[in-house]
Amino acid sequence: MSKKEEILQKHYKAVVIGGSAGSFNVLVNILSKLPEDFPLPIVICCHRLKHVRSGFIEALQIKSKLKISEPDDKLPIKKGEVYVAPANYHLGFEIGNYFSLSTEEMVNNSRPAIDITFDSFSYVYKNKLVGILLTGANKDGAKGMKSVKENGGVTIVQEPSECTIDTMPKAALAITQIDLVLRVDEIIDFLLKLNKPV
Amino acid sequence: MEELGITELKRLTEVIHQKFGYDFSGYAMSSFKRRITRIMELKKVNSLDQFIQFIETKNLTKEDFLHEITVNVTELFRDPSFWRVLKTVLPKTTLNSPKVKIWHAGCSSGEEVYSMLIVLKELGMIDMVEILASDIDSSILKKAKEGKISLRNMELNEKNYIRYNPTGDVKQYFLYDNDYAYFSKELLSKVTFKEINLVNLQPFAKFDMILCRNVMIYFNQNLQNQILKTYHEMLQMYGYLIVGTKESIIWSDSANKFLTVNTEEKIYKKYKD
Repeated sequence: MSKKEEILQKHYKAVVIGGSAGSFNVLVNILSKLPEDFPLPIVICCHRLKHVRSGFIEALQIKSKLKISEPDDKLPIKKGEVYVAPANYHLGFEIGNYFSLSTEEMVNNSRPAIDITFDSFSYVYKNKLVGILLTGANKDGAKGMKSVKENGGVTIVQEPSECTIDTMPKAALAITQIDLVLRVDEIIDFLLKLNKPV
Repeated sequence: MEELGITELKRLTEVIHQKFGYDFSGYAMSSFKRRITRIMELKKVNSLDQFIQFIETKNLTKEDFLHEITVNVTELFRDPSFWRVLKTVLPKTTLNSPKVKIWHAGCSSGEEVYSMLIVLKELGMIDMVEILASDIDSSILKKAKEGKISLRNMELNEKNYIRYNPTGDVKQYFLYDNDYAYFSKELLSKVTFKEINLVNLQPFAKFDMILCRNVMIYFNQNLQNQILKTYHEMLQMYGYLIVGTKESIIWSDSANKFLTVNTEEKIYKKYKD
């Protein structure tokens, strides 16, 4: 059995995706390929302009059948929905399965920071979490991927040669034994097979 | 450093309660854990036991702890669109009472208060208001009272202001030297600063507007609910409650006693006792 098949044998509770430079089109692509009844929640933490509050969700929503929103503080998470970290807030997660927002200091020059989202979700979901890190121009997300791995979750980075800027996946690969390095079409295929063991 | 487990965090809140007399058990655990981890790293403490010892031997004072545990990141005119809406709401508060009482609950280093003073000044309402600004952290209150902002932060503040009022000039409200901008003493004199811990808040006055933006996100739902109930009690009829743009009160026990004035900017109005 390949590593990928082995991973797909198990059951998961959520997918977290992080990305920066170049990741917007990748996210649109991924979200357009997932069915309405996708069996897990997807949480996206993507670097974005802090003062631009609207437009981002709408642009992601155009090609997707899934409901996409920015969670308010303390909103309970639901499967089959997509949640995006709001501009100028860190997005965390609480035991009891609801979101919590914060305006703490920037991390890696970013708010939202991928490290915070990944770390917070892996603390709650442990080995039931899938973390995916996409293209990006800084090192945010590398420590977050390490937390996902240390808590027993699955780690996936976008194939660096396919990235607009490969700093982000490479930074994660440098400090953690990443489970899978996949192209975007392979990430989509992986997501479509999640929680559907054959 | 080992990751702090939930039982360890609970143990720590008990020690803090005992030693400092502040109850953090109603705080949202994800951000509380990050703040604690941050303090431990700052103080070069590697384990919870060592940290508890650190507290018990008074290597960490109550004041230090409160300063580090609270989040003091803020901006002048944070969310410019909110301030544009607020500008249309503020004149309506004078319909209720001749002297408008406003409370900034959790004012941090004061930027929200300064923004309010600027808006009130520009509306010609500055002599019609009484403003209270409070925070749990006495050292940040001291900073808020000073009205001193590092020039490094002024660039963002100025940009935010321009988004709020493209034709105005925020510089007129500050005096500048080489390192700092000093907020107008005259405007600051309209504000009373007071140390208040929202965790054990009891009604102490009535207000026409309470702003509590990006403060209750650090509390759990029980504590939020309790505080919202007290805010409701402390508001005059038709007074305004304002929370952060990503906060909501609709799930709380007090929700049906408020009307939504603006969904996007989270402005509510008390309409039932």
